[in-house]
Amino acid sequence: MAGNNGFEPVIIGFTCNWCSYRAADMAGMARVKYAPNVRLIRMMCSGRLDPQFVLKALAEGADGVLVSGCHPGDCHYLEQNYKTIRRFEMLKKTLAAMGVEDARVKLVWASAAEGMILAEEIDKLVAEIKALGPLGWKRMAWAPEALAIAGGDHDN
Amino acid sequence: MTTRRKENLAADAAPSPAATGKPKFAMYWAASCGGCDIAVLNIHEGILDVDANFDVVFWPVAMDAKYKDVEAMDDGAITLCLFNGAIRNSEGEEMAHLMRRKSQVLVAFGSCACEGCIPGLANLYSRQALLETAFSTLTTDNLRAIRPQPSFAVPEGELHIPYLYETVKTLDQVVPVDYYMPGCPPESKQIAAVVGLVIQALKGEAQLPPPGSVLGVGDSTVCDECARKRSEKVIQQFRRMATYQPNQEECLLEQGILCSGLATRSGCGALCPAANMPCIGCYGPAPGVIDQGARMMSAISSVIDAKTPGEIRQILDGIVDPAGTFYRFSLAHSLLHRARVASREG
Amino acid sequence: MNDDVRIGVYVCHCGSNIAGTVDVESVARWAQDSLPGVVVGRDYKFMCSSLGQELIEKDVKELGLTRVVVAACSPHLHEATFRDACRRAGLNPFLFEMASIREQVSWVTSDKSIATEKAKALVSGAVRRSAHLEPLEPFVVDINPNVLVVGGGIAGIQATLEIADGGSHVYLVEREPSIGGHMAQLDKTFPTLDCSACILTPKMFTAGQHRNVTLLAWSEVEKVEGFIGNFTVTIRKRARKVQTDICTGCGVCEEKCPKKVIDDVFEAGLGYRKAIYRPFPQAVPKYPVIDVENCTYFQRGTCKACEKFCPTGAIDFKQEDEIIKVEVGNIILATGYDLFDCGRIPQYGYGRLANVFTSMEFERLANAAGPTGGKVVLRDGITTPQSVGIVHCVGSRDRNYNKYCSSICCMQSLKFAHIVKERTGARVYNFYIDIRTPAKAYDEFYQHVVEEGIIFVRGKVAEVTDAARMTGEDGKLIIQVEDTLVGKQRRIPVDMVVLSAGLEPRGDAKETAKTFGISCSMDGWFIERHPKLDPVATMTDGIFIAGACQGPKDIPAAVSQGAAAGARVMGLINQQHVSLEPVRASVNADQCSGCRICNNLCPFNAIAFLEDRAVSEINPALCQGCGTCVAACPAGAIAGAHYSNDQIMSQIEGLLMLDLKQPAPVPA
Repeated sequence: MAGNNGFEPVIIGFTCNWCSYRAADMAGMARVKYAPNVRLIRMMCSGRLDPQFVLKALAEGADGVLVSGCHPGDCHYLEQNYKTIRRFEMLKKTLAAMGVEDARVKLVWASAAEGMILAEEIDKLVAEIKALGPLGWKRMAWAPEALAIAGGDHDN
Repeated sequence: MTTRRKENLAADAAPSPAATGKPKFAMYWAASCGGCDIAVLNIHEGILDVDANFDVVFWPVAMDAKYKDVEAMDDGAITLCLFNGAIRNSEGEEMAHLMRRKSQVLVAFGSCACEGCIPGLANLYSRQALLETAFSTLTTDNLRAIRPQPSFAVPEGELHIPYLYETVKTLDQVVPVDYYMPGCPPESKQIAAVVGLVIQALKGEAQLPPPGSVLGVGDSTVCDECARKRSEKVIQQFRRMATYQPNQEECLLEQGILCSGLATRSGCGALCPAANMPCIGCYGPAPGVIDQGARMMSAISSVIDAKTPGEIRQILDGIVDPAGTFYRFSLAHSLLHRARVASREG
Repeated sequence: MNDDVRIGVYVCHCGSNIAGTVDVESVARWAQDSLPGVVVGRDYKFMCSSLGQELIEKDVKELGLTRVVVAACSPHLHEATFRDACRRAGLNPFLFEMASIREQVSWVTSDKSIATEKAKALVSGAVRRSAHLEPLEPFVVDINPNVLVVGGGIAGIQATLEIADGGSHVYLVEREPSIGGHMAQLDKTFPTLDCSACILTPKMFTAGQHRNVTLLAWSEVEKVEGFIGNFTVTIRKRARKVQTDICTGCGVCEEKCPKKVIDDVFEAGLGYRKAIYRPFPQAVPKYPVIDVENCTYFQRGTCKACEKFCPTGAIDFKQEDEIIKVEVGNIILATGYDLFDCGRIPQYGYGRLANVFTSMEFERLANAAGPTGGKVVLRDGITTPQSVGIVHCVGSRDRNYNKYCSSICCMQSLKFAHIVKERTGARVYNFYIDIRTPAKAYDEFYQHVVEEGIIFVRGKVAEVTDAARMTGEDGKLIIQVEDTLVGKQRRIPVDMVVLSAGLEPRGDAKETAKTFGISCSMDGWFIERHPKLDPVATMTDGIFIAGACQGPKDIPAAVSQGAAAGARVMGLINQQHVSLEPVRASVNADQCSGCRICNNLCPFNAIAFLEDRAVSEINPALCQGCGTCVAACPAGAIAGAHYSNDQIMSQIEGLLMLDLKQPAPVPA
């Protein structure tokens, strides 16, 4: 990346078709410039968010995950984003137990009109994850074991 | 099992070049508790069918064969190998590779080999933390803070012991696996059925399912086999078995008890819920599911009766150990595989 | 990846909108070289043009493509366009995937190389997802030509007339004893100053008498089941305690009833009605209703004057509510608004200071058929005010109550000013923030009112008090306000204050929304499908909204929306069938364990538990495709069409640039 030798996080973002994806569209139409690190996936509803998607993203190389949907009470499918909140809280609790920093996985509500807000939240999230450094989960979880046999590791 | 029975097996198992012509059978335990081996023996008189149809050539719990005996065999000489236990150290890995080479059909037998099982929970910690716990607890006299060393020089030469890995792996994360039989242990009824199927297949009377299949299981989850009455789920509180006596009739989850049955493969007959205990998930994930813990998390949280983060967290406070509860058997096979610990950075 | 998957990738320049920032040629080349399954990668100036689409059609036919990926603008703009192109080429439209590299990349990223890398990642995600897409067929349902209209105000009446005149049958359900809504309570309507009842009652009458209308007043919808084209609606027809087939509407019962009750619905609390009553003389239907809470017979067992005097013997104290079920194909909600409760602003003194009136109270005062016969008088019913203050924006444009503008209050306040001036010659003050008079003849009306000598003070009224402090304030209501145009605090003594109360959603709007399967905005108004381009449809197929329930609006706008909703419904009825999106969930019964986790996750009631087979089942016509149950199922037994686990998981892998045929280029 021209002129930037620092760490640039890769973040997977989950959006819903009716609100947050349209917010991203709106940010685009308004030509708002924001951090390019978030790569969005469009689902019909944030209620489709399966915790395994977040786990997969983190396990396979993402440094963070953004989950986003309609404001509570405004869900296009009436009340499915409440389930999103429940799953998100459950996921955060488990991720904390697994050693994933709280700031890496974030839930942001953005209505179709809130392109600016989504862009700002993305900038904030990218800055926070930059400060934390790479997650490097694949490398961490699958690092080859040091087969210290002959003359090797005495320091256990 | 009488002593006499053991002797017979031992006699049969001494490998002789002039083989009896029967297919060879092996069972090995890596990081395991021995329960899977007992479960096999627990097929009672079915063991006679094993004896009748196989040459048992290698089974550490039951006979005195050596690794070098296996190494001496031709590749693929063993028809059926039931490999139980997780890959915890360098010995387990070596044996996984050895048994794979020497076996035509390698079965990941039991939850340890399939998912990592209880040894897999060590993946929540670092190697250092494990050794500290084992060798420096309050009840251990270890004033010189001795730790196991992979190699150590003694006057007689260099002694080597297997190296303890930081991360537990499942069998299929080390070698290709032909079949899986989950369970902690797999139910003896299921074992007998699978053994019967293999014997029939050897005789050409039946076909084994496609490689990669899970054997000795049902098509669904434990709820399918559970007799309890189920209604719509609305969880307002989580309860613990230590402080709450659930009734026998209603679904345990509806009573606030964390029962993993809904996300656990059927096949065991829902034995634990029938004994008024929650399923803890030992039969692994449902068909086609990659991460058992994620399914549990998603299902249970979806029906929590709260809408704001504060209320939700309050109810979730009732789950004291999410990683241990949801990934009790499947941590090593989960998407994240292990927890992040400082020693593994950089 | 099996040989069946042959993917074509098309990267659009969009003129310079994308190509100005993203190196589109290199993205197309890279897709062809590096992404698994891609047999051709092309770039083109305008993919949505007919030539661009023909490019796709040609490749599908000649290269045997089985999947198409277009990297261009947002799918909300052209997903349908490219799906159509695929369909024309013989490829199932759901085997098409789109990556947005304009709204999400070129328009929001400055650095060109970073933008190009991001575009590649998004294309990679789309390509990996496309490999797992399945062909899907739309779901066709019949449309029942009957229509339900809920709410008999002007919007609901207009919708009813459009449809009934169009030849279809309408069930018009109204909760009050008569249709007419709030418009029936008004005196004059702006800007024409037509008598409200005079223009409304002919429409009410036509709707009530129309051969294609079944009028169900004094009724409420209890339950809605089904889906577009096929709704089953359960309606409670409340007991009037009057047999409507015998009642002639003569009104003798009302005359003879000895029990007077304060009418806080139609008369806004300013007048009385009887325990057996019609809300107003021109009520449609003309049948009275007994207010059981206040009727002497029902409370104490005596009286029965109405029964005694009824010439046809139509009174039936034993009459029960009737539950009826109707089958309709479409539903229009026109449930109207509630007025902001001015008592919530204690400093305006409503409810405490006698001569502070709400806008609706003033309408009743001014109405010739109202409690004072149209005389503008104080609360004592006799005294004509010498000075009147009219306060705009009460409960509107106010961070403490409702942030929105209620749309009609400025015109209404000007109307009040004119009426007061005309009838009393009093000194009239209008206290405003802005004067909002946008529609036809509205600003001219404002100019006219200015010329009448109304005094306009630009300032939000801080307080209405009776605590006199200076000479001339005794016995008056003092309006404390900052006159922002002169920059001074003023205390203006008046005899009467009229508060132009804002419009709010009905108190039970959220319950109504839930019953019909639609949603409310944060403010509580029903949500339209698109605020600019689709104001009468909702996100739920077959349910439409019209009038103030969608947001504050004046009568012309409510009528327009009623007519628009009517026209939309007539269009659907004409087509006789409708195609539903096949994006929906289904349960694999063999894998389902009957755990019932999914059962209460569906707000559209699409999931049923089959007791006999101990499995859950999804009704595809009710399923809206949100995917919540798919994510929740612990057995992985629910499949979500077009948003399956495989599709999303591989999209994640693609976005992370995994499994490339060549390694991803290291960014410079």
